[in-house]
Amino acid sequence: MIELVSAERCITCDKCIEVCPTNVFDRGEDGLPVISRQSDCQTCFQCEANCPADALFVAPQTHPLPAESFAHDEEHLRHSGLLGSYRREIGWGSGRTPGAARAIGPALSPAGQPLIS
Amino acid sequence: MTLTADVLVVGGGPAATWAALKAAGQGASVVLADKGYCGTSGATASGGTGVWYVPPEEKAREAAMASREALGGYLADRRWMARVLDETYERINELADAGRYPFPVGLDGTSLRNGLQGPEYMRRQRIRVKRAGVTILDHSPVTELLVDADGAVAGAAGYQRQAGRPFEVRAGAVVLATGGCAFLSKAFGCNVNTGDGALLAAELGAELSGMEFSNAYGIAPEHTSVTKTAFYNYATFYRADGEVLEGAGSQRGRSVIARTLLSEKVFCKLDLADDAARKAMRLAQPNFFLTFDRLGVNPFTDTFAVTLLAEGTVRGTGGIRIVDDGCGTTVPGLYVAGDAATRELICGGFTGGGSHNAAWAISSGSWAGRAAAQFARALGRGTRQVSAAGGAGLRPTGGSSDVDVAEIIRTVQAEVLPYDKNYLRHGDVLRTALKELDGAWSSVRSGLRAEGAAAVPARQAAAMVAHARWMYTSALARNESRGMAKRLDRPDLDPAQHHRITSGGLDEVWARPEGALT
Ligand SMILES: Cc1cc2nc3c(=O)[nH]c(=O)nc-3n(C[C@H](O)[C@H](O)[C@H](O)COP(=O)(O)OP(=O)(O)OC[C@H]3O[C@@H](n4cnc5c(N)ncnc54)[C@H](O)[C@@H]3O)c2cc1C
Repeated sequence: MIELVSAERCITCDKCIEVCPTNVFDRGEDGLPVISRQSDCQTCFQCEANCPADALFVAPQTHPLPAESFAHDEEHLRHSGLLGSYRREIGWGSGRTPGAARAIGPALSPAGQPLIS
Repeated sequence: MTLTADVLVVGGGPAATWAALKAAGQGASVVLADKGYCGTSGATASGGTGVWYVPPEEKAREAAMASREALGGYLADRRWMARVLDETYERINELADAGRYPFPVGLDGTSLRNGLQGPEYMRRQRIRVKRAGVTILDHSPVTELLVDADGAVAGAAGYQRQAGRPFEVRAGAVVLATGGCAFLSKAFGCNVNTGDGALLAAELGAELSGMEFSNAYGIAPEHTSVTKTAFYNYATFYRADGEVLEGAGSQRGRSVIARTLLSEKVFCKLDLADDAARKAMRLAQPNFFLTFDRLGVNPFTDTFAVTLLAEGTVRGTGGIRIVDDGCGTTVPGLYVAGDAATRELICGGFTGGGSHNAAWAISSGSWAGRAAAQFARALGRGTRQVSAAGGAGLRPTGGSSDVDVAEIIRTVQAEVLPYDKNYLRHGDVLRTALKELDGAWSSVRSGLRAEGAAAVPARQAAAMVAHARWMYTSALARNESRGMAKRLDRPDLDPAQHHRITSGGLDEVWARPEGALT
């Protein structure tokens, strides 16, 4: 679930509020997105993929994590490279090659085509 | 807010976007209303898909068509398979050329087009739809259809949850592309898919088909969401003590996992992948690795617990019944596409392993969009007397009482998520479950009156109850095992039941062999 909105990194562009398929965010008084309906989060990582500032972190767990969890430790997420990692992997952001263009996976059978998704 | 258009497309995934593009291509004015955000919403946007993309060479096409016939219980139709292969081939090439989708290039220099990365594909589809002049309404779940005096569909109404206001679109024709129903299981990207389209269609008298093929379950690491399953082909499954779980597998043997999960945890390791495969897997499916990287698990060397998440009719094949080549239904002006529609025409009772559903969303979306535009043009722009067709959850038949929507959802989930009810089906269990579901329907139908923003979850709950009842009624009507509709109490395929099963009804649910008279 969405666990972190970095106030430091957020550029208040409203993108996450706009793209979240299940409408989890609201815009706060200060312009920062607020996680208003975390229980509606479907852990699809779309907000993160679309955040131009790498200011969001979605934990893989489909239940909320306690305050002391790694998912709230921005320092750790930055150092480990996890913050912004999905966007990097799919090649979104300026100067990057779209991941789709590099997506040549294994073939599951000897005669089969390589998987590309 | 009230808008007028020739064609209204309900949904925002691949089926909806192809429908909108092709309707607009016919010169129709088009509105697309999505519950979430067109570009990120739905199963494809998050998951990505393999695509049934087969070059038009006779031998390859023949092999492609033959490959799934037995698995699907011989309920598919060769003519429809051939149409889908043709249409998908053209549309994917259009996506490469006009849509500039960056397909990867193989070692021999050929462009590989047998799959699509979800976020990239749907981001481009949104741009294309906008450029085609379509009006996109995001965060605008449709809650009911509008119908004219002759019973033809005339538009839809819903609620814009971010703008906080109701909306209505008057249209000459409507395409329902709302996806399947995964019962809020949190399977990857599927919580927007609550089967709304089937409820809307049934309220106008449309029929369903193949609703017994509705027990797809996807593998994911325990307590997580990513139900991408292809790479579990490299998996060995284990019990807690490290003993190999015999017979368990991703393609054949998923039911062994389900049965075992009823009483103990099941663990997994992707230990059959060699080094080259391990590297390549990351490139093909970055979303598959999100979970592992964030859990700090190396899936190739560490064992991890797995679960199965219900994907219902998303990766099942049942849906709204189609009556013509334009994906029309029995309701004039109402067209269906993607997972909202039955996919039996091309894969019978089984889709596992992917690619057919994506091809179907592209093809059926394109056909439905074109046919809807033609219908609207023939109808013209005269004014029609219209009324709102929504029943359950909006206009109770009795005095409104305090029906708890969350409780209704829990009730449905308790009947459709458990492996020992929906996956490992048994006639007696299905009958007991149906009683519960009928009770839930009665209380919603007689007592629930939701308005404004509350209409959205109320209608989702109603749609899920309706879906579950068509599923189990159809599963009982199929008194045998065929495709994914296996019955523990009827383990064999019965040649006498080589037919599709049509279903429908709301207060009274029915299911019968296709073509049989009442
Ligand atoms: C993890 C996963 C992997 C998959 N892999 C493959 C694969 O490899 N190959 C393959 O062929 N298939 C695959 N599938 C299936 C494939 O994703 C679907 O068949 C496909 O997404 C169907 O497209 P669709 O447009 O019909 O539905 P979706 O993509 O689910 O989109 C439905 C849309 O309808 C909208 N909607 C719902 N209700 C309403 C409403 N009331 N009002 C307005 N809008 C509404 C939703 O917001 C959403 O935008 C996979 C599915 C999953 C879950």
